[in-house]
Amino acid sequence: MTIQTHAASVTTEIDVAAPLERAFAVFTTGIGTWWNPSHHLLDGEIAEMVFEPHVGGHIVDRYTDGRECPWSRVLVYDPPTRVVFSWDINLQWQLETDPARTSEVDVTFTPNGDDQTHVVLIHRHLDRHGDGWPGMRDAVSSGWSLARYAEVAGA
Amino acid sequence: MSANHSTILAALADPTRRAVYERVAQSPVAVVELARDLPVSRPAVSQHLKVLKDAGLVRDEPVGTRRIYTLDPAGLVAIRAYFEQFWSGSLAAFAAAAEQPSKEEA
Repeated sequence: MTIQTHAASVTTEIDVAAPLERAFAVFTTGIGTWWNPSHHLLDGEIAEMVFEPHVGGHIVDRYTDGRECPWSRVLVYDPPTRVVFSWDINLQWQLETDPARTSEVDVTFTPNGDDQTHVVLIHRHLDRHGDGWPGMRDAVSSGWSLARYAEVAGA
Repeated sequence: MSANHSTILAALADPTRRAVYERVAQSPVAVVELARDLPVSRPAVSQHLKVLKDAGLVRDEPVGTRRIYTLDPAGLVAIRAYFEQFWSGSLAAFAAAAEQPSKEEA
């Protein structure tokens, strides 16, 4: 896995030992099988994550008590090679309803032989989140980011 | 300012340095005030600030005879570091799920 950094985006790449179609399906409609269960916006237990596989669809967290949290809009859906979805989450891990203050995640899948897939994920327009620093500053004050740093640093 | 991921993580790995960073995050502050507020000597505070500055997390500017430390206004350094960590962990989990035999094959 390699990581690159540009001004307002993050690029992460990984090789997956799975065929192209499977890699795409697991990433999209199978998102609930790998998404970190601690990364949800509302308190409560997740019943399922739903990826609506079409442009204009949403990625929705469904909770066991019936609540739903649609935290992403599907912007591009080109199976099995590309998916782009919005990141409608602010820096305090709350739903962001103003599209001008959301970022987007662009994922491309490239076959590498029959049984391997190269996946490139670009999370761009990070500067749209809360005018950069003020939002992050609140997040830092609440312990949101430092707790994450500490997890990594202490691992 | 092009601090990389590991530089930022290393800068924040030390609990005392994290405390210094959190104090700077609250409001602009001088070394002498940090040394007063935290159980750290003034030279140690200065050393921690240097590491944070090199990582692009804080910046300083002279005000009279003192240097005042503030969070780096670019700010994106920390946001990027967060998402680098977030996605590298998430993609590793994704790869593990994709590499599991599918139900049809099992």
